[in-house]
Amino acid sequence: MSRLDFEDVTVRYGHHTVLDGVSLTVPEGQIMGLVGESGSGKSTLARAAVGLAPLAGGRVLLDGRPVRHQGRRRPVQMVFQDPFSSLDPRMSIGQSIVEALPERLRRAPRAAEIARLLQLVHLDPARAADAPSRLSGGQRQRVAIARALAGRPAVILADEITSALDVSVQGAILNLVREMQRETGLTVLFISHNLAVVRYVATHVAVMAGGRIVEQGPTARVFSSPASDYTRELLASMPVPAARRHLSQNPI
Amino acid sequence: MLVEESARGTRGHWGRFAARRARRLLVSLWILVTASFLMIQLVPGDPVRAALGTSAPADLVASRRSQLGLDEPLLNQYLGYLQNLLTGDLGESILTQLPVAETIGQRLLATLSLALPAFVLTFAIAVPVGVVMAVATRRGRRRRTELTFVGTSIVLGSIPEFVVCVALVAVFAVNLGIFPAAGRDGIESYVLPVLALSVGPAAVMARIVRVEMLAVLDADYIRTARAKRLSSLRVNLRHALPNALTATLTLSGIMLATMVAGTVLVEAVFAWPGLGGTIVSSIQSRDYPLVQSAVLTYGAIALTVNTLADVAIAAIDPRSTIGDS
Amino acid sequence: MRRDRPEVLRTPVGIVGITLLGVLAVLAVLAPLLWGERATATDTYDILAGPSAQHWAGTDNLGRDIFFRTLVATRLSLVLTLMATTLGVGLGLLLGMAPLLLPRRLGRPVVAFVNLLLGFPSLLMVLFLAVILGVSTTSAVLAIGIAIAPPFARLAHTLGAGVADLDYVAAARISGVHPLRVVVRHVLPNVAEPLVVNATVTASSVLLAFGGLSFLGIGVQPPQYDWGRLMQDGLSSIYTNPLAALVPGIAFVLTGLAFNLTGEAAAGTFGAKARSRARWRPTRTRRVAVRPSRPDEQEDARADVVLDVRDLVVSFPGPCGSISPVRGVSITLRSGEAVGVVGESGSGKSMTALAIAQLIEEPGRVTAERLDFCRTDLRSGSRAATDALLGTSLAVVFQDPMTSLNPVMRIGGQLAEGARRHQGLTRQDAAARAVDRLRAVHLRDPERRARQYPHELSGGMRQRAMIGMGLMGTPRLIVADEPTTALDMTVQRQVLDLLEETRHDHGTALLMISHDVSVVSSICDRVLVMYAGRIVEDLPSADLHTKARHPYTRALIGAVPDMATDLHAPLDTISGHPVDPRHLPVGCAYAARCPLVSERCRQEEPTLEADAIGEVACWHADEPARAETLEAVR
Repeated sequence: MSRLDFEDVTVRYGHHTVLDGVSLTVPEGQIMGLVGESGSGKSTLARAAVGLAPLAGGRVLLDGRPVRHQGRRRPVQMVFQDPFSSLDPRMSIGQSIVEALPERLRRAPRAAEIARLLQLVHLDPARAADAPSRLSGGQRQRVAIARALAGRPAVILADEITSALDVSVQGAILNLVREMQRETGLTVLFISHNLAVVRYVATHVAVMAGGRIVEQGPTARVFSSPASDYTRELLASMPVPAARRHLSQNPI
Repeated sequence: MLVEESARGTRGHWGRFAARRARRLLVSLWILVTASFLMIQLVPGDPVRAALGTSAPADLVASRRSQLGLDEPLLNQYLGYLQNLLTGDLGESILTQLPVAETIGQRLLATLSLALPAFVLTFAIAVPVGVVMAVATRRGRRRRTELTFVGTSIVLGSIPEFVVCVALVAVFAVNLGIFPAAGRDGIESYVLPVLALSVGPAAVMARIVRVEMLAVLDADYIRTARAKRLSSLRVNLRHALPNALTATLTLSGIMLATMVAGTVLVEAVFAWPGLGGTIVSSIQSRDYPLVQSAVLTYGAIALTVNTLADVAIAAIDPRSTIGDS
Repeated sequence: MRRDRPEVLRTPVGIVGITLLGVLAVLAVLAPLLWGERATATDTYDILAGPSAQHWAGTDNLGRDIFFRTLVATRLSLVLTLMATTLGVGLGLLLGMAPLLLPRRLGRPVVAFVNLLLGFPSLLMVLFLAVILGVSTTSAVLAIGIAIAPPFARLAHTLGAGVADLDYVAAARISGVHPLRVVVRHVLPNVAEPLVVNATVTASSVLLAFGGLSFLGIGVQPPQYDWGRLMQDGLSSIYTNPLAALVPGIAFVLTGLAFNLTGEAAAGTFGAKARSRARWRPTRTRRVAVRPSRPDEQEDARADVVLDVRDLVVSFPGPCGSISPVRGVSITLRSGEAVGVVGESGSGKSMTALAIAQLIEEPGRVTAERLDFCRTDLRSGSRAATDALLGTSLAVVFQDPMTSLNPVMRIGGQLAEGARRHQGLTRQDAAARAVDRLRAVHLRDPERRARQYPHELSGGMRQRAMIGMGLMGTPRLIVADEPTTALDMTVQRQVLDLLEETRHDHGTALLMISHDVSVVSSICDRVLVMYAGRIVEDLPSADLHTKARHPYTRALIGAVPDMATDLHAPLDTISGHPVDPRHLPVGCAYAARCPLVSERCRQEEPTLEADAIGEVACWHADEPARAETLEAVR
């Protein structure tokens, strides 16, 4: 189990500061939710952790040591939002997973490893030779998760992994994330704009706005008694069924 | 509120756009000037000897060399070249010793008198044809018309200018004798060269207009316009066409510049007393100062055309004034 | 996509192109061997002759046969074209891919340099290089090769950078795949197709460029000859023998066509790729006899009915018969009523909205037993009759405010134009009303906003402007198709509040399409659940969480967590896939995914039956959800 620390992380694109001195600890063996609106910098924070966004300042530490961005072994892996652009259409899903394996394996153990990973995400191992175009959005997202697990990571960053999916498969993916985390004890940073989703999967939550963390803490505490005005505004804008809203608006 | 901040003034964009575009034009011009200067330096061997031939007396070669300043250090030559350019002095022809600026000035006029009408004709054909074809063949309607149009435009676009020239001359000048086969003499002498210059580009551009128009007609904002129950004419011309034109101009800016270069071939066929004939004959006779200035002039025209295309795009679509590089 | 036959060979045009290329290749190999001597044999008695039985295209100034010279020149013309193309494409590929491999600091100047070179026409660059390299065949190959490199580099870079931005490339980089390997395994294979197509078309322009140079006398030098050279020789005798110039000209055109047709066919210009080849056939949907909107007895009850739709069907022609994404939907909306439509993507909910708004385009077909808006029958088909009504009384709000406003028109103008057409307002009055409406949707500084372009507004402001556009007239109905899906949560709240306010102030009815059950239930009185083009349940939104009876409705609610979801139980899941509208099952469309499925469901399609709560189409409507079954079928 590993802990991921962001220390005073700053990212700039040109004159635009996307992340402004963000410090955040993702506790080991937990799912931490990261919520915020578009442009708040939450995706950039994840990309900075895997080396896709250049750091203008600060560090990202894994168990106290800087995260490696070189070589085959990458302890921090990421799952992306759009399952339709996150798998190479010219590669079978098996090949995509093999590419993420940290070491080269012979044919037989390699096939066994692919089968193990596909089973882990509840996909039929016989589909390893399929092209991504034969899979539905939800199945692709399972493959993307399997690929991230193939790198034997200590930490997984999940960036809006359900927002491009149809409502009917969102539940299945969220169940999978919780189950996978329980079984492997991975540390997960779960990014979402949807507070209810974060409430369901994450034990801890951080709220971002304008490239800064405005609030963080245990999910139950933050959502029941938010300390920051911004968190309160976010919670207030959650759509509430009309029936319940009328009740809450007219307290007797 | 965060929302209000993202609204910015349009004027600032225009200023920045103008500055950025001017900078790019200046850098391009500088590259062009430097390249044309280096051209003579890069010619293998002695350019003057090459121009005057092996039989020319050594002292004549030497005097021309010093006349052209080729004996001085490179930097001095470069600075001198820039200085002369600014004062409009393009040097003298090695062979005729006439001032190059004068020759270029006369020839440029003849070339532009071909290129400008050809520009206008190309647009006048391509835009209406492209728009009509797009609207008529939308969503898989009239497949036969579509195939005929695309096929015709590909065939016309595959014919090189000089073949079009020769074919036009063979039919209209030799067989029918309606238009003169060569020379620049009276309005009828313009017909064939202008036609030869614009047929291919018009065919290609009509296809670009159609493809862009089809893409635009499927855009969300066209659905919005239809939801307002506007007339089809207004939806097609006011809402769709400007958007299709910006994309067309982006793609065809280079094509229009190519058209200017296409005059070289057309002038060769029609013995047109333009810049094209000059550049070819001076390359063959190795009259380097003349080649140098002709290349410079063609390059400058191409850059002007590109800049104008960008300005036109910016005038139609204010979004294009934002963006990098 | 099936890969049994290459794209190029699926259209007649592609077959013609490839065949032509094949013939040319054969000619290039054989012609010099077969007719090499005839082409160079001089005949001093027959100089500059016209066409004859012996010399089909006449002879040149040394009495050589022009027809055979043209055939023999095929080899040199093609070889030079291929050499220059290979050089240019190779160079272009290198320049185009370099920025993806180099560090940013080195990559950007390469891109900038290529962009600058693009400003100069390639013929000019060829002439420039011809001066430096001297007049010879080799230098012409080099010059043309170098000159075509920048456009190709630009294309390769644009396509490559597009792929390099995709998540699968990011994923490969995160997994520690070497950058060079990323380019070779991920980028190149995914841009190969358009690049090959472009290289083919480029070959055609190289052929022309080479011809042009030879034609000008600065390409191929005698005694070698290619088509351009032959044309130039022929031009001098055009008055005596036009064929001398035209025969090589025809060779040019045929070769250019061979390259272009092949390239265009491969690019799918002729419709092999995107479009299905099935022609549009008018669908013979049963058109129910037109009944006039019933007057008399129900008049009072129906007085405030804004929208009355019965048995709405939307169909599109498909490769094997017509496809109907909407199959018999009925909706009634009264003044001030808000009804939501929810369902998965592909359930037909957006199609229903578009059909009601009369925005389905050909070849789509809309039929209905009744389609009344404000008591006017919209099925008449005459646009003139309904345009004014729809233009003033129906407002439509679409999902993506970024793309739903015209980027080249000012906001004010876009609001005003409808009012000028349908309400006969003058330019000034319409502009003033537009500003007033922008104020009504709570945009700050509406005068300034009216003068701005869409890109100068944020997403939320644009969606307000869209709503304002609908308020230019006096809307009786707002059709909103996923109006907040593209917006942030705080902005979503504001837009929903604005819709509610409009409804409240003007008694406007609202038909709201959304995939998000919580959004719909927060603003609507009633919710319609759609599956496979039909309404499967209709119930008050207050009862949605507690009294839903259709297993699909229950699963839809249970699959998405809300702020009250039990944290210790897994979420509901729906097994299988949505139904493909091309292959509808016989019985209930949901049967294959349903935990309550019985034999009857597979045989008989349930109809929508009304009861105390609402309407539901399910044979097992009253059975409780079997939680253990739900879990098992996952």
